[in-house]
Amino acid sequence: MTGTQTIAKPPAPTGGRPGLGGRIPLARLRDLALVPAILLLVVVGAIIDPVFLSSANITNVLQQQTELALLVLAEAIILIAGKFDLSLESTIGLAPALALALVIPAASNGLGTELPAGLAIPICLLVGVAIGAFNGLLILRFKLSAFIVTLGMLIVLRGLQIGITGGQNLFDIPPSVLYLGNAVWFGVPASIWISGTLFVVGIAALGFFRHGRAVYAIGGNTDAARAAGIRTDRVVWIILMVGGLLAALAGLLMTGRLGSVAAAQGDGMIFTVFAAAVIGGISLDGGKGTLFGALCGVIVLGLINNILTLAGVSAQWIQAIYGAIILIALILARLTSGKAQD
Amino acid sequence: MTGQTQTAGTVAGAVAPAAEARDISKRYGATVALHSAGITIAPGETHALVGRNGAGKSTLVSILTGLQRPDSGQVRFDGTPAPALADRDAWRQRVACVYQKSTIIPTLTVAENLFLNRQAGRGLIDWRGLRRRAADLLEGYAVAVDPAAPAGSLTVEQRQLVEIARALSFGATFIILDEPTAQLDAAAIERLFGRMRELQAAGVTFLFISHHLQEVYEVCQTVTVLRDARHILTQPVDTLSREALVAAMTGDAGETLAGIDRPAVPESAPVVLDVAGLGLAGFYQDIDLRVRAGELVGLIGSGSSGKVALAETIAGLRRADTGTVSLAGNTPKPGSVPAALAAGLGYLPQDRHREGLVPLLSVAENATLPITDRLGPAGIIAPTRQRAVAQRMIEAYDIKTDGPHQPVNGLSGGNAQKVVLARALANDPKALVMVSPTAGVDVRSKDSLLRAVAEAAAQGTGVLIVSDELDDLRSCDRVLVMFHGRVVREVSRGWADAELVTAVEGVEQP
Repeated sequence: MTGTQTIAKPPAPTGGRPGLGGRIPLARLRDLALVPAILLLVVVGAIIDPVFLSSANITNVLQQQTELALLVLAEAIILIAGKFDLSLESTIGLAPALALALVIPAASNGLGTELPAGLAIPICLLVGVAIGAFNGLLILRFKLSAFIVTLGMLIVLRGLQIGITGGQNLFDIPPSVLYLGNAVWFGVPASIWISGTLFVVGIAALGFFRHGRAVYAIGGNTDAARAAGIRTDRVVWIILMVGGLLAALAGLLMTGRLGSVAAAQGDGMIFTVFAAAVIGGISLDGGKGTLFGALCGVIVLGLINNILTLAGVSAQWIQAIYGAIILIALILARLTSGKAQD
Repeated sequence: MTGQTQTAGTVAGAVAPAAEARDISKRYGATVALHSAGITIAPGETHALVGRNGAGKSTLVSILTGLQRPDSGQVRFDGTPAPALADRDAWRQRVACVYQKSTIIPTLTVAENLFLNRQAGRGLIDWRGLRRRAADLLEGYAVAVDPAAPAGSLTVEQRQLVEIARALSFGATFIILDEPTAQLDAAAIERLFGRMRELQAAGVTFLFISHHLQEVYEVCQTVTVLRDARHILTQPVDTLSREALVAAMTGDAGETLAGIDRPAVPESAPVVLDVAGLGLAGFYQDIDLRVRAGELVGLIGSGSSGKVALAETIAGLRRADTGTVSLAGNTPKPGSVPAALAAGLGYLPQDRHREGLVPLLSVAENATLPITDRLGPAGIIAPTRQRAVAQRMIEAYDIKTDGPHQPVNGLSGGNAQKVVLARALANDPKALVMVSPTAGVDVRSKDSLLRAVAEAAAQGTGVLIVSDELDDLRSCDRVLVMFHGRVVREVSRGWADAELVTAVEGVEQP
């Protein structure tokens, strides 16, 4: 309004200087955004109940989150590639249920085939891969929307599990299947080692290998990725199969931890899976986010759940409160990232 | 090497052409996209490919880049036949194309985009080394972009430079630029041309596609014209007059766009758009501007001049910090599009794909979106009335379409823009604001678009045309020049091109 030049700076024609790029640290910061939240939750937990910090409780929290963590790992990779898989929550139940039904006697609600018990784990993992491959077939070959395909698969797979087991929980579990969910290696449950290792492998693959970066390229701009010589369909297909495999593995861990396969194993997990991924900074639009962020999302949700239990929130209310806190966390994640969440 | 020896068909003796497509035919279903067309591009030249929308340019480009297989005919690079379609690496070593649509992945860094899918062999990616290689590459071509920046934060200009650098890094010396200037402002275009000349001197061959014939004369040595899927001519630019070039494109002796003769607007005509003391921090300051009924006013300025932000403020897409916008005596609620429309504003947005049209809906639905309340009682849209209204629009604006039922994404750029214009004029606005109305539109459609606008003005609409294109502004009664957020100059009809361009560039400030 005065005569002074308070006018538009023309958009700078050049980016920053090359070299000490100012943005990479920022991107890393975004990655670490949840670390303060985790620390805060730890402090809150310690105040609410001293038991919280005991190694037994921490181990317990982590072990309970291993299955969710594997699903989030699978979903995060799939989301980064710009796709969807809702059916993971049914795979986690069907894969172990089908494998067990094939090995246990008909009297224990099995199918009566009574295959050798040693085949249970390979069959379980294979079922996961096959489900991922079938999703890929429908999405990539028949060009169906990933959302509706995997929503359909979620229902079909859940139905299959109920059909196969007659709606019964399976209790007669061979020791080989129980092992992974129960074993303790070097004083820490094996399932924590497995999940941790797989996250490290995933972070390395997506961060430091050409084929892992292709996942980001596909999610960011499929046409550009294809133009750069990336076999986009093949990569997505493999990712979907890896997703199914991880879900089946999560199913094994859950079966071992609980000592049975419930007819509703995994039911309702998918919202938590998406919430952890999104809180962890994964974009539903694809191409954005890191597996480390997703892991932080899992830990945040696990801590919240544990704190609510320790705080003595009544079992009838815990679901509503937990859901509400997830929504609040999503709002906070949206506000702190500054951009619309898509 | 003079241009004369470079015409199509030259074979013996001369150096093998950098790229050559011969007798190319391509059909898509019933549509013939190319009918034994061809192009021969001599090494080291900048070759223009022009033609109206739908002439077959895009098809030829996708065949030259190995994205489409021609039904017949062959492609050769440096005299040797083109590699197999599946061998993308081999293609990329020979030819690269910078498309209008970005092939950059916005969420990844510039460095990673440059080395996409070749960040490393089988082993670990060395991120630091990758950034260093990217910095070296960018520095080698004097592209001042931070390799660690996310590619999505680049400007259009920077993005193009990164894509050119990437193309060159594959070893390709033949580069296709598909309408590179469409989204750049005048200064950026000049910088691009400067860079093209440098690279050309270093031995790079360009195929340059543009709707701006002026640019063809400025930067190209040879021009090839396609029309109706056929090759029409290939000729050195300096032996081809502007009229002859337009004639080759249109098929008859078209005239270049002169201003349309219009009677002067009387002083007594009411002011329909009154902008007073408008300011928006970071974009523009102290804007006063009046458009009277029946008047055509142009507004020109570089990309950073704030002209588009001003237009968006008038349309209610942005909210000014200070000042007022009045439409035909009313002051609509600032920052509200419905209020601006209700007050009698028609608005043609800058990006017709993003803000102008719903691509999957039909021509009829798109054209009648703002007037659905007039198509039937109580919110009911009577299909027959909608169709009838749309049919009238199609005739009035000469929209080339299968009919009102065709989805707009099937229309060519020029015709899609006519639908947007028809819609903007559908509720007989008192004032019409248009931003870059003819961007990406061929010469013929440009003419009919501008005539429709002049017609609307003759009916008493006050029109503000915000554009960089001099052709858009020739019919205007006066043209305002914006520079760094202020109106610095006003010229009346009959201005000289040079006068306006120097003012836009801020070369001589008053």
